[in-house]
Amino acid sequence: MKPFEPFDSTLAILPFDHVDTDQIIPARFLKTTTREGLGAHCFADWRESPDFVLNRPESRDAQVLVAGENFGCGSSREHAPWALLDAGFRAVIARSFGEIFRQNAQKNALLPIEVDEATHRRLVEAPVGATVRVSLEGLRLPGGGVTAFPLDPFRRACLSKGVDEIGFVLEQEDAIAAFEARRSRAFDTRAEA
Amino acid sequence: MMPRTLYDKLWDRHLVSQREGEPALLYIDLHLIHEVTSPQAFAGLRERRVSVRRPGLTVATLDHSLPTHDRALPIADAVAAKQIALLRANAEAFGIPLHAPGSGRQGIVHVIGPELGLTQPGMTVVCGDSHTATHGAFGALAFGIGTSEVEMVLATQCLLQRKSKNLKVEVSGRLQDGVTAKDLILALIAKLGVGGGTGSVLEYTGEAIRALDMEARMTLCNMSIEAGARAGLIAPDDTTFQYLRGRPFAPRGAAWDAAVADWRALVSDDGASYEGSVHLDGGAVEPMITFGTNPAQAVPVTGSIPAVSEIAAPEREAFLKALAYMGLEPGKPMLGRPVQAVFIGSCTNGRLSDLRAAASVLRGRRVKAGVRTLVVPGSEAVRKQAEAEGLDEVFRAAGAEWREPGCSMCIAMNGDELAPGQTCVSTSNRNFEGRQGRGSRTLLASPLTAAAAAIAGAVADARRIP
Repeated sequence: MKPFEPFDSTLAILPFDHVDTDQIIPARFLKTTTREGLGAHCFADWRESPDFVLNRPESRDAQVLVAGENFGCGSSREHAPWALLDAGFRAVIARSFGEIFRQNAQKNALLPIEVDEATHRRLVEAPVGATVRVSLEGLRLPGGGVTAFPLDPFRRACLSKGVDEIGFVLEQEDAIAAFEARRSRAFDTRAEA
Repeated sequence: MMPRTLYDKLWDRHLVSQREGEPALLYIDLHLIHEVTSPQAFAGLRERRVSVRRPGLTVATLDHSLPTHDRALPIADAVAAKQIALLRANAEAFGIPLHAPGSGRQGIVHVIGPELGLTQPGMTVVCGDSHTATHGAFGALAFGIGTSEVEMVLATQCLLQRKSKNLKVEVSGRLQDGVTAKDLILALIAKLGVGGGTGSVLEYTGEAIRALDMEARMTLCNMSIEAGARAGLIAPDDTTFQYLRGRPFAPRGAAWDAAVADWRALVSDDGASYEGSVHLDGGAVEPMITFGTNPAQAVPVTGSIPAVSEIAAPEREAFLKALAYMGLEPGKPMLGRPVQAVFIGSCTNGRLSDLRAAASVLRGRRVKAGVRTLVVPGSEAVRKQAEAEGLDEVFRAAGAEWREPGCSMCIAMNGDELAPGQTCVSTSNRNFEGRQGRGSRTLLASPLTAAAAAIAGAVADARRIP
């Protein structure tokens, strides 16, 4: 994973609460066996309507999606952040997030940014073409001012250095082996008890 | 020692390491995999030239993409066929047992885990599927993970985790006749809200919970995620042990006695503290049905959709958007709403007791002409037992379709789907827009209510069918 670099972007505003993973990437597109190419199907059903926000010209180049409460609720499909990334997004700003989505997004360097109501309103009401600057340290708002957002310090370090978490845990082999040695368990999915 | 909750105890038992400034490293006892969320994880293992650390703590089945009819024929959908072939190849290559169709043990991943005795009290159980919460019914810490975490568990048998909040959900009293665990969980989600459990592990306690059998407890824990919760937990008791005893992967003989003695310690201590609590009177719960596009938008079957004035101002826009999608109006009763389809199945309600309940309503009656009714058992074992009891004949005689096991029309990725605009009373877990096919409209309910709707061709109260 590459280290997360700060960037500037316009905003695509999706003014709904509880946007679930079935909307972000409908289940019929989950038959793929790769991570790539899901961007074309991101919000597939909503995109059928010509006036859907992401079909508007002002949303075309946005790398930041703004939504309401509980964005990404529903399933554990990592295809949701893969689809958003493939559609060009690098951050999602919301009032709150579904928990599994938040974790999946962070593991793919799609930054979930939780903001308070006043900040959210400022973003939603910002003039067309307004930009934000996204970095791991904070979010610079249109018209000035930087707001901090909650980010687990460990995840922040991983994102900033591009740490591969699996590699990180593989290095703890001794601790894992010691834990396994402490337990005597006959359980085995390959052989009945 | 400080009094601990069940969640604290499960956490402590699996703590591999806790280093300063880092999430805990938690050991995983059982990893369930299926065809949809695993291919990219296996590809990742190959890229890093790493093997599966503990194939003997991993088990695979096919459920999401698998057709539920004409199993003898090649799979018509080439993309699904490729995904299914890939899981077979990955299981073979990495030495992971696969319960494939025809083995007698295939089924929805959350149905076969408990059925085979793989899911046991005190375990940590994960799967690339949010309904992994189901296994919490056994007093196991069970939660859904994404594909990166599937790869992490395959490679290391561990996960990096921060501890969640712990909420106590106490349900007093006894459920009335005709009221099921599905109605209870829909009532709870309506109370908590669709994000009310976010960041939390729910522990269900109280007289009403103790009185539930294991299949009902699984239905309850299954939908914990629909309130946003990471997991649901029920402390194991004699009901749990009776269910598990003699199942293929449950301990036997002296090992069984030792296991039960250990499992009895898996209860929250008196005085243990939670971050919050919720109380519900189980005796007051009515058969429930959803009207909107998230599982918290539910009312009693005999009730009405709320009026706009009853909805808090910030929620009104979402409420009206949901009703517009569903083709429903505020303030109108749910009884009598026409439906074109009924789906009985899923990891929520595809077990034997669910099929028995549906059959009790359909026996000697006919599905209303034009109402497509699909009955999809949760596993091959459920299907076999249902057939031994003649339930398949009840369903067929009533005019319903009796299918092979799988996720089917809960997620609609295997070809079992609704036409745009159709309304379905479904025993599944999600009523999101398009969940049962593009433009589909889902009303979530219990197997009793679903069967009653099939007969009436409309939303109906199973306690009052002619």
